Amino acid sequence: MKRIALLGMPNTGKSTLFNRISGASARVGNWPGITVDLMSAKILLGGHIAELIDLPGIYDLHGFSEDEQVVRHFLTNNPVDLLIVLLNSTQIERQLSLLLQLKKLGAPIVLVLNMADEARRAGITINTENLAAELALPVIQISAKYGEGLPKALEVAAHIVNEQKATTNPKSINLLLQEDSQIEHEMEDLIQKHVQIPTTLGDDTTDKIDKILLHKWLGLPLFFAAMFLLFQFIFTVGGPLQEGLAWVLDLIRSSLLEPLLGSSPAWLKGLLLDGVYNGIATVAAFVPIIILFFLVMSMVEDSGYLSRAAFLMDALMAKMGLDGRGFVMMLMGFGCNVPAIMGTRIMRSRPMRLLTMLVIPLSLCSARLQVFIFMIAALFSAKHAPLVLFSLYLMSFLTMFLTAVLFQNQYKNAEPFILELPPYRFPTPRQIVLRGWQEVKHFLNRASKFIILGVILVWLLTNFPSNVAPASIGTYAGQIGVFFGPILDPIGINHELAIALIFGFVAKEIVVGALAVIYGMQGDALMAQMATQIDWVQAMSFMLFTLIYTPCLSTIATIRNESKSYAFMWLSIVWSLGLAWVVSFVFYQGARALGY
Amino acid sequence: MQPLSQLETGQQAVISAIEADESLFHRLSALGFRVGKTLSIMRRASFNGPLQVRLGTTDVILRCNEASRIQIHPI
Repeated sequence: MKRIALLGMPNTGKSTLFNRISGASARVGNWPGITVDLMSAKILLGGHIAELIDLPGIYDLHGFSEDEQVVRHFLTNNPVDLLIVLLNSTQIERQLSLLLQLKKLGAPIVLVLNMADEARRAGITINTENLAAELALPVIQISAKYGEGLPKALEVAAHIVNEQKATTNPKSINLLLQEDSQIEHEMEDLIQKHVQIPTTLGDDTTDKIDKILLHKWLGLPLFFAAMFLLFQFIFTVGGPLQEGLAWVLDLIRSSLLEPLLGSSPAWLKGLLLDGVYNGIATVAAFVPIIILFFLVMSMVEDSGYLSRAAFLMDALMAKMGLDGRGFVMMLMGFGCNVPAIMGTRIMRSRPMRLLTMLVIPLSLCSARLQVFIFMIAALFSAKHAPLVLFSLYLMSFLTMFLTAVLFQNQYKNAEPFILELPPYRFPTPRQIVLRGWQEVKHFLNRASKFIILGVILVWLLTNFPSNVAPASIGTYAGQIGVFFGPILDPIGINHELAIALIFGFVAKEIVVGALAVIYGMQGDALMAQMATQIDWVQAMSFMLFTLIYTPCLSTIATIRNESKSYAFMWLSIVWSLGLAWVVSFVFYQGARALGY
Repeated sequence: MQPLSQLETGQQAVISAIEADESLFHRLSALGFRVGKTLSIMRRASFNGPLQVRLGTTDVILRCNEASRIQIHPI
């Protein structure tokens, strides 16, 4: 029986052609000299039965990828009557090299140029007759997809096969490929001597764990439970650490810096303490959370669970143009946006990373929660409080979903979702600590200047001109509030609240403190005062705005660092401000129209 | 012959063709997807989510969309 090998570069439509010729008769089989199975089919060619073998697609006959070795081993172990070399007409200028390499082996060859239809559309014309004459072998253009040119190719192949008396000589081909096989042997020898590769995944512990963690029904609840526990861990441990750090920083301020600056002019004292020092304190406040977050993240990532989380959540996330890994970061954003945005680095695809970074700042982070708890306590009854808070969480998810859906075409992810699922491993403590330390260093290096400058700017806006009370209507911040009155009045935000929103650009943690300065009172007195000044519709509108607009300077600085793009940073700011205004407007005007 | 996305969970199959564009093809071959290799589906995620495919000693997860580019022969 005559034997024909089908050869070509990857993605030339080789399999399509093979299927067209072989029909349903294809089967898998093993061949001398190679360890992988190859597809072959018995076909009727010019009145005789011939065997057609589909060899793996390769770029280079002399390369050392697994497929390239398979092709060489096949040719040096199995005599063939004909090589059908399939190339892509539209990429012939790159692919002709493979034909010339094969031609040197001295085997009878038919060159088949596929995708003739595409080449025609691209305006590529190939003079097959002259090319055939120069190469001294038949050249036929076909379109395997539509079957065009196929009968002619088979006819030419049949002619050669039936005329041909001798097959290729594997021994002489082996001689021609001697250099390659020497390198192969040398490679194998070196690897065997100096490299240890485990043949299996150790034991089946990973399989056993996966049976539970990736269970059809248990997998998702277990994932949420695990995320909840990690979340609790970060913030129950991180909270006291942050408070402790704030206490130490306060102590340094009151017992060291304030006495030291006692005799200096008020403006200098203000600039250094309320500007620079507060800026440093703002930066420092993030350090414990970032360390803890990356401690937990590196455990999740290095243990192999992150890929599993992606597996579990992908069905839902794919609809939003994101993938399962993005979901873990989005969840973490509900604790703190800054490490969550830094964590998007695990995604390789830039568009998807940017989309995730655009979505994360809309999560109801722990700092926003402080503002809401204060406002809800001031303006809502205990009966309504849980409902209000729940609706804010719901709104957070809704705006995230809306943003992802609206922007998924802008940030279209071209990268296929294919991930290796590694076996479960115990990360070493060294790995974990190193990661946490590097991330903090990165954050301090990149974000601290930006944040400190921002804090100084807000201090300037809320303390100057110096002849009016700090944070009052007379300050620059107050004037900005008045200036934006026409925009802020329709969403029920008065000048005092507008100043608080300007403070909120720095960090949501200081919004309540800012309100205390603005109204000149604290605690219960402040709550009572606010209840007389604004009603619940205004409060809700203010909370919606606080929920959606830019979370804090640190987040902005992190977005800028991670995206390496000021344009993207501005897009994030403008989009969140715009969305915040629209949502607050719809709510405020809707509630007023309904008579509330 | 059928696409990998339609292979039953637990059933073994041999890859007979990979019909993918260049970037996907490279990604797949880097993870060990090659014509002639044996694979099986370990499990599918709920809600029509990704497939977990075992190829020799490597486990890979991929979406149905990408799995439909891989033609297989059940054995």
